[in-house]
Amino acid sequence: MATPVKVYGPPLSTAVSRVLACLLEKDVQFQLLPVNMAKGEHKSQEYLKIQPFGQVPAFQDESISLFESRAICRYICDKHAEKGNKGLYGLDQLGKASIDQWIEAEGQSFNPASSILVFQLAFAPRMRLPQDEKAIKQNEEKLSKVLDVYEQRLGESRYLAGDEFSLADLSHLPNGHYLVNVADRAELFTSRKNVDRWWNEISGRESWKEVVELQTKASS
Amino acid sequence: MASIKVHGSPISTATARVLVCLYEKDLDYEFVLVDMKNNEHKKHPFLSINPFGQVPGFQDGDLTIFESRAITQYLAKTYANKGNQLIPNDPKKAAIVSTWIEVEGHHYDPPGVALSFEHLVKPLFGLGETDPAAVAENEAKLGKVLDIYENQLSKNKFLAGDEFSLADLHHLPNVSYLLATPSKKLFESRPRVNAWVTEIIARPSWAKVVALRNQS
Ligand SMILES: N[C@@H](CCC(=O)N[C@@H](CS)C(=O)NCC(=O)O)C(=O)O
Ligand SMILES: N[C@@H](CCC(=O)N[C@@H](CS)C(=O)NCC(=O)O)C(=O)O
Repeated sequence: MATPVKVYGPPLSTAVSRVLACLLEKDVQFQLLPVNMAKGEHKSQEYLKIQPFGQVPAFQDESISLFESRAICRYICDKHAEKGNKGLYGLDQLGKASIDQWIEAEGQSFNPASSILVFQLAFAPRMRLPQDEKAIKQNEEKLSKVLDVYEQRLGESRYLAGDEFSLADLSHLPNGHYLVNVADRAELFTSRKNVDRWWNEISGRESWKEVVELQTKASS
Repeated sequence: MASIKVHGSPISTATARVLVCLYEKDLDYEFVLVDMKNNEHKKHPFLSINPFGQVPGFQDGDLTIFESRAITQYLAKTYANKGNQLIPNDPKKAAIVSTWIEVEGHHYDPPGVALSFEHLVKPLFGLGETDPAAVAENEAKLGKVLDIYENQLSKNKFLAGDEFSLADLHHLPNVSYLLATPSKKLFESRPRVNAWVTEIIARPSWAKVVALRNQS
């Protein structure tokens, strides 16, 4: 029996939940280690040794210690190519290239706007922080433009990188989930026919439902 | 005959990231200039290569992709045995490179791009004066990132190990621009970062990109 990999951080964090969704898709056993962010544990000297930016998640597998959610996901897929969802990160270099392209689009275009919206609309109220109306409006506009490109793309193919669900689609789940279910911004998705179809398909996957369950448990 | 085509502009940092990678890998390519002054990047046919309307776009045989960091990873993996190795064979070492590629894209690049925009792009394109508050804010952000680099570079010669890798390469276009601005003090005041910058900027591959930039 392989020892389970270690994921440090709360499942409510978007970057942590990206890694969890990937582990569940790949059927890789993991152990979730709490990092108490309210107490600033992610900025402690000890934690900074495994995540120098003081953010979650951090990840350990045997002798390797990694951070950055998208890099962790790629590592898991490369190491466990034959496990679980085999095509999650493509089956050859060409497949990987178009998945990487859409992971970058997620990281560079979808994430900056959506993570600000998620923070402003979902987390700030919980943390009793004031909301920045200007930032909300600007980032709604930015995200709308990104989703217009997605709408066109998803009219040509079922998923972002082709006919199969991949790491590129998966990477959108954490922020998408908060936008639709907590931030009251479902309309960004439902008002676009293809994006709406895509969102329903990817958010209905068993792996993601399990992540949401872990999140629900953690917040109750 | 080169089957690789790069569509873009040599003054664009994202285009330059792909070009420097091609020189490191010693690959022939055809450069297709996208006339950004005439907004060609927001029109067809370029939009059929990159629907976001940003340069670069890239083709290799039947493959058409965009996003500079996806393109360089494709080149490094597909042409692993050509030119300089940019992603190690050992999967664990490769994962460390992948981590620092993400660090560049998510931590270094946002303040780095904001600073080159304030110092260089604004004056060059008549977009207004450099905003000192934006400069101060982004210098503070970039400074924090470079503090972490300083520490990382005390453990390895390069960001992701003792060999030059794609993680270092991805910084070249922005670092090179910032060296021409007052924000270069952020590099110079950190000895290990300074030595790293000096070393990577001196690579022959980068000199070739600078030569193209100067011609355009
Ligand atoms: N690019 C990083 C982002 C990680 C990140 O932003 N984590 C957030 C939680 S979702 C965090 O730790 N925030 C606390 C902080 O930045 O101090 C990744 O993908 O892993
Ligand atoms: N994440 C993209 C960024 C591309 C990008 O921002 N390109 C700039 C030039 S460096 C551009 O085309 N800007 C024009 C625009 O956004 O309209 C990549 O790395 O390829």
